[in-house]
Amino acid sequence: MTGTVDPTVFNLIVFVLAVFVGYHVVWNVTPALHTPLMSVTNAISSVIIVGAILAAGPATWDWVSSGAGVLAVALAAVNVFGGFLVTRRMLEMFKKKERKAAKAD
Amino acid sequence: MTANQVALWYLVASVFFILALKGLSSPETSRRGNLFGMIGMAIAVVTTLAIVAKGHVEFIILAFLVGGSVGALVAKRVEMTQMPELVAAMHSLVGLAAVLIAVAAVNNPSAFGVPDPMPTGNRLELFIGTFVGAITFTGSIIAFGKLAGLGKKFRLFSSAPVVFPGQHLLNLALLLVMLGFGTWFFLSGPEGQWPPFIVMTLIALALGVLIIIPIGGADMPVVISMLNSYSGWAAAGIGFSLNNPMLIIAGSLVGSSGAILSYIMCKAMNRSFFNVILGGFGAAEGAVAEGGGEARSVRSGSADDAAYLMGNADTVVIVPGYGLAVARAQHAVKEMTDKLQEKGINVRFAIHPVAGRMPGHMNVLLAEAEIPYDIVQEMEDINSDFSNTDVVLVLGANDVVNPLARKPGSPIYGMPILDVDKARTVMVVKRSMAAGYAGLDNELFYMDKTMMVFGDAKKVVEDMVKAL
Repeated sequence: MTGTVDPTVFNLIVFVLAVFVGYHVVWNVTPALHTPLMSVTNAISSVIIVGAILAAGPATWDWVSSGAGVLAVALAAVNVFGGFLVTRRMLEMFKKKERKAAKAD
Repeated sequence: MTANQVALWYLVASVFFILALKGLSSPETSRRGNLFGMIGMAIAVVTTLAIVAKGHVEFIILAFLVGGSVGALVAKRVEMTQMPELVAAMHSLVGLAAVLIAVAAVNNPSAFGVPDPMPTGNRLELFIGTFVGAITFTGSIIAFGKLAGLGKKFRLFSSAPVVFPGQHLLNLALLLVMLGFGTWFFLSGPEGQWPPFIVMTLIALALGVLIIIPIGGADMPVVISMLNSYSGWAAAGIGFSLNNPMLIIAGSLVGSSGAILSYIMCKAMNRSFFNVILGGFGAAEGAVAEGGGEARSVRSGSADDAAYLMGNADTVVIVPGYGLAVARAQHAVKEMTDKLQEKGINVRFAIHPVAGRMPGHMNVLLAEAEIPYDIVQEMEDINSDFSNTDVVLVLGANDVVNPLARKPGSPIYGMPILDVDKARTVMVVKRSMAAGYAGLDNELFYMDKTMMVFGDAKKVVEDMVKAL
């Protein structure tokens, strides 16, 4: 046993453990909230915005990678805001209602 | 910021993402969970902005604000009946963003802190992340079109399965060719890498279209969960190639979430995942069953008759289906529920897991109409109560209440159904006698205790409210 662990192996360890965590957490989600689950996971998967920011980041502008990065930032940002806000809107509806009796429609 | 600090902030963000999903285990904790998700995302974005602080931050922030305002606006405006379309559209954005990031990574790996030229391990992961992202992108566009009902304008979006001879063979061949070009990309050096990368991506984009078109409208809960899963795996794949553990964690959480939802949906239809994604279900038999259906006689009544029966019952169970979403009848149903409850009648809702076009679709519609979630029950919780129920009102559901599912040899045999036929009286609100998605006649409609009320769900329910 010599040398350091290859990053790919390290990534694989993280991946396997994360899948386990995901598996156990998601089975506990109540079926009534499966639609909010989809919209919030959608927002979470747009964390690839991190990759997009790095792509757009370098000080030397390159039309291929910086351009693709800026476009990807915009696309992922739609999901970040859209995903979390629409989830919040849905979850507000699952609040116990007492005071909102006046609201018709 | 040092690399260690960045990694630790990413760890904090990852923990927040896990807490966000954990919050969804009950409606009470779910809002806090969503807040955790937002905090995690804010940490991730700010940390990454700090890394690129010396670069073109102004473009990034501009793009972020433009995208963010579009997202916020859509989230505010979208109607709850349109949630399946919205989710499909958002999946496609994640897929496209993954492809764009991959393009940037091939072009300039050093921007991501990955050695230039890129090590072969990262190339392999990049290739996987790219094709999964590309399939997610185009597949979700097709799913969006099918869900938004664009089939009349453009045949690829038809909610009926689009099938042609040799379809599966073509898909398989394309998949192999795509993997071939991926391997070429994986083995190539920095010089000859673009041609195989571009060809591979184009084939993956075509595959995304081809694998979704044969899947019919009512199988959309599976498709949309599957694409949800793919969008997560694409993010994880990109995380692998950029050596970013946070992306791997977030992507895996989403990937496993979508996979579990697909599994639950398939199980609720008693069909294997492959049976669903190979598609074509109900395309052939549909026409035959519809023709034969008209010959048998059913008992039909008016909304007033139905209202009278419900008004005299002690217990009423309402079974909503996709028809409720199409007719946007949820608010009318809420009014009816209030009227019935005022009379001291016990009203509950029974939800089949695949009712509607996405997992949990009916729950959200009922919640939107401010129907309290504690009277909305899942199939396994309410099924044993049907024999003690006076009146069941089926609103725009069909296959999920078809007793044929208990008959060995029928195409839907073994599918778990809501046992509405055990109730004392059954009322079915439906537009016509047309068969459901499975293309089967529904025995329930011909039973002596069944009364059919023909018409648009919203109109019928409004008439019932007036009569009550």
